[in-house]
Amino acid sequence: MTSDAASAPAKKSFSMVWRAVALLAVVGLVVALGFGLSASNASRPTSGPAPDFTIPLYAGYDGGLGKPQVRLADLRGQVVFVNFWASWCVPCRDEQPVLEKLWRQYRNQGVVFLGVDYVDTEPAALQYLKDFDVTYPNGPDLGTKISPKYHITGVPESFLVDRQGNVAWVKISPVVEAELAAEFDKVLAK
Amino acid sequence: MKISSLKLPIPRGAVVLLMVVLASLLIVGAVAAQGGKVVTDDQVNAVAKQLNCPVCENVPLDVCETQACAQWRDLIRQKLAAGDKPEQIIAYFRATYGDRVLQSPPREGFTTLVWILPVVGLIAGVAILAVVLRRMVPQTAPAKVETVQPSASTDEYRERLERELKELEK
Repeated sequence: MTSDAASAPAKKSFSMVWRAVALLAVVGLVVALGFGLSASNASRPTSGPAPDFTIPLYAGYDGGLGKPQVRLADLRGQVVFVNFWASWCVPCRDEQPVLEKLWRQYRNQGVVFLGVDYVDTEPAALQYLKDFDVTYPNGPDLGTKISPKYHITGVPESFLVDRQGNVAWVKISPVVEAELAAEFDKVLAK
Repeated sequence: MKISSLKLPIPRGAVVLLMVVLASLLIVGAVAAQGGKVVTDDQVNAVAKQLNCPVCENVPLDVCETQACAQWRDLIRQKLAAGDKPEQIIAYFRATYGDRVLQSPPREGFTTLVWILPVVGLIAGVAILAVVLRRMVPQTAPAKVETVQPSASTDEYRERLERELKELEK
């Protein structure tokens, strides 16, 4: 009789522990599921503050900035054109001559270009930059930390950031020369 | 002019030997250009299958057909030829492109949950199942065996019975 009396509270506490573990697991799974869903539903910024990042620049591709790396926030006061690209991306090759042409046209008007090389290999990327005679700042998305901030779904994708650091324009396909030039003029006129 | 009619100033055997030597030099040169080591596709794929395609969803690098993956495999081949070990190459890809390139999430930091949660979920599932099944089974108490304890009255009867039996025996 005394053993029964002793085992009852023990059984009760054991059951409580199981229930707590089960509840914790269910809550954990729900939180993880919710986190995953919210992350997958997040979309690329089309307005408001542009997500800040620091990008290391490929040797010889600092675009005259004179730095081994550049932080977007440090370019506040200038118009920044952020372009995500990769050497394996065929549409990127289509837009590359346009980008280089517009960089040379607008670089002295307060526009900075930043090429963000997405999941690329360095030898192929450097060959690409050489092939297209690219002269504006370019670097790798090291650790794939920049592209998730902009929620890109592929390359090329481009973001125009105004002097106040806000996203002013987004393009999720190769840019068209006249269209991008018009956007530069619009943002520079503000 | 017929080739067969050409007469070489050196013996035919020497020409063949010269061609063999030249071919060997070309092979040696190609190997040297790769860093002194011939790397097979199997060696490349052994490393590549530990990585994900950077632009697809859950496709191993060794079977991916995209240009991006072809470039990554080329890079693996170059690094193997340069003498890098598979672990070093995996570490390079992880540092350059992030944890997402790994086929198996690393068992450290926040991603440890990826390994722990399924186990916890399984345990919790078993616990919930056990509780539910326990409640479904009707709670029947085991039948108690009634034992009759000798009372004071039965003791009297027993004493009387024994006394009378003794008297009869006399």
